[in-house]
Amino acid sequence: MKGRWELIVGAVGGLGLLAGSALGLWWAPQERFMLETGRILYVHVPTAWLSMILFTAAFVGSIGWLVKRRWGFDFLSEASVEAGVVLGCLLSVQGSIWAHWTWNTWWAWDPRLTSVAVMVLSFLGILALRSFVDDPEKRATWSATATIVAWVNVPFVYLCVKWMRSLHQGQSSVANIDPDMGKVLLLNTVAVTLVAIYFVVTRWRIANAVHQREFAE
Amino acid sequence: MPDPAILATAVGRRFAGRWAVRDVSLTVAQGESVLVHGANGSGKTTLLRVLSSAISPTVGSVTVLGKPAVEARSKVGLLSHADGHYDELSGRDNLELAVKLGHLPDRIEAVLERVGLAARAGDAVRGYSAGMRKRLAFARLLLKAPPVVLMDEPYAALDPAGHQFVDELCAEFSAQGATVLISTHQVGRVAQWCDRAIRMDQGRLGWSGDASELRTRPADAVAAAEERA
Amino acid sequence: MELILESRAVLAKELLHVWRARARLVATGTFALATLLLFSFAGGLNDAALRENSAGYLWIGILLASTLALGEGLRVETEHNAIEMLLLLPVSPAAIFYGKAIGNLLVLLLVGIVMLPFLTVLFDATPTEGVGPLLLCLFAGSAAISAPGTLHATLAARARSRDVLLPLLLFPLVIPCVVAAVQATHLVYAGDPMDQLGSWLGVLFAFCVVHWSVGGLLYSRVVED
Repeated sequence: MKGRWELIVGAVGGLGLLAGSALGLWWAPQERFMLETGRILYVHVPTAWLSMILFTAAFVGSIGWLVKRRWGFDFLSEASVEAGVVLGCLLSVQGSIWAHWTWNTWWAWDPRLTSVAVMVLSFLGILALRSFVDDPEKRATWSATATIVAWVNVPFVYLCVKWMRSLHQGQSSVANIDPDMGKVLLLNTVAVTLVAIYFVVTRWRIANAVHQREFAE
Repeated sequence: MPDPAILATAVGRRFAGRWAVRDVSLTVAQGESVLVHGANGSGKTTLLRVLSSAISPTVGSVTVLGKPAVEARSKVGLLSHADGHYDELSGRDNLELAVKLGHLPDRIEAVLERVGLAARAGDAVRGYSAGMRKRLAFARLLLKAPPVVLMDEPYAALDPAGHQFVDELCAEFSAQGATVLISTHQVGRVAQWCDRAIRMDQGRLGWSGDASELRTRPADAVAAAEERA
Repeated sequence: MELILESRAVLAKELLHVWRARARLVATGTFALATLLLFSFAGGLNDAALRENSAGYLWIGILLASTLALGEGLRVETEHNAIEMLLLLPVSPAAIFYGKAIGNLLVLLLVGIVMLPFLTVLFDATPTEGVGPLLLCLFAGSAAISAPGTLHATLAARARSRDVLLPLLLFPLVIPCVVAAVQATHLVYAGDPMDQLGSWLGVLFAFCVVHWSVGGLLYSRVVED
């Protein structure tokens, strides 16, 4: 446990998430238009932001590997892709639940939700690519290449679906909502970030351990 | 002092976590001919592919005629296990492609004649025998006529006449001043004309010495040389 | 200039290979036509629905056929390691990418053109905006699939389970270009009173600019060992 600072970060994040979710469910005011169903925002919005941040971290790690060929970048990319896929799946499930209660349909082809679903599929493909390549250097290089291409694709996915249809509410941020709602949103965003850091660092360490074993003499 | 034809410094290449070649340092002078031998799986093929820049080294560096190997690809010809032919194209088409893309002099007909494929040059490579495919690979090498020639098992898939053909080609390359590295199990045969011999052993450079020591009884000579080392 | 000349030579090789192995090209086109028939039956042989969705069926047919064409294009390179021979000539990886991607573009364009009359016959779909815009949509959409397709086909060809990996990597990636191509083609068939065709073609063009550039830059990482 020595040096495992991420455990503390994760624990704090977990507690923060519990507190923020409780506040969101029982303390924060009702959203004007969505009423009680609007409370999903307190997990949905942070999950959305973090999934995009994690996919971007994977992109940065990929560029880092291609330029510097340092294994830490590959571990970062791998960990971020996995965590991003998990959060992306959670996001799609949350969005589906919300769509059902709001519009009486399990999927509404909203541009942002659809973009995330497409990204999840793209990055699931990259995880599959990693599992189909035995050589570590090739695995790192090829998955970095595929990650860069998948990431630059995101604006196109969003734009195309947005032009087709848009039912999603306007972009949510702390700046344009009720102060009390904003506090809970901020708390949960920080909490989810800490939890994501815990998962990414833990996964980074696992990737490092696997790497050490692969190259053990 | 002219640049060495090949300068490999602490070269290693890893596949799926296993070192196929490890810590190999090698200097080959211009015009020198070197026999590379060793047991199956000893790293001969990987070494030649790294020296030719077909694959990059995991560690270490390779220069060819003073330049990084990747930048000197036009100066290196590699005859490897995979012949690199397009099956649906004819032998002549394959060579025309090499001439066009490699900016090589168009001596296709002369080269086809030289390797004995003139009569079948218009046929799709799909229908060639293994020996014919090997001869076509030699044809491409002759077209390129590089100053550094690397050959991996050139005698494989060839009949005795083909072996004689390879001997003549190697002699031609050497006579033209080319640097030749040849990996083969035909140690006694190749040692007759090579200057130097090196032995690969479990990915590392083992014995290295004068090829004349291997000319009479190669197996005994190798064992004795290794004992001395 | 060197890049253009090399790419042109690689393209010439691609086209010569396609011509020599034209039986496979015919098989790819037949596969695409078979998908049209499948869509007809899956759609319950409802004339109005088939006509309305014909643009979608066209592009799904082209996309499915692309996995065959792209996979085959890389099989011939990896079967006897011909691509390594090209690299050692030397030919720049970017030239190999552009030559192959343009070759794949032309194959997909040809498959699409072959499908068009069948779209008219089976689905009673006629291009209201004319054949010119229709061909432009075909070209732009094929180019949008071809670039990422060539890059990922090369990746998949050198990994295990290549037949599964290529569609898994490629299909999510080309969703935006399929959306744009379908919308643009639909407008050509159904009419474009609001002048939206240009916008969708613009998306395809932007997609092409990004993926043809990124593909050329990254191809050496994928093709060199």
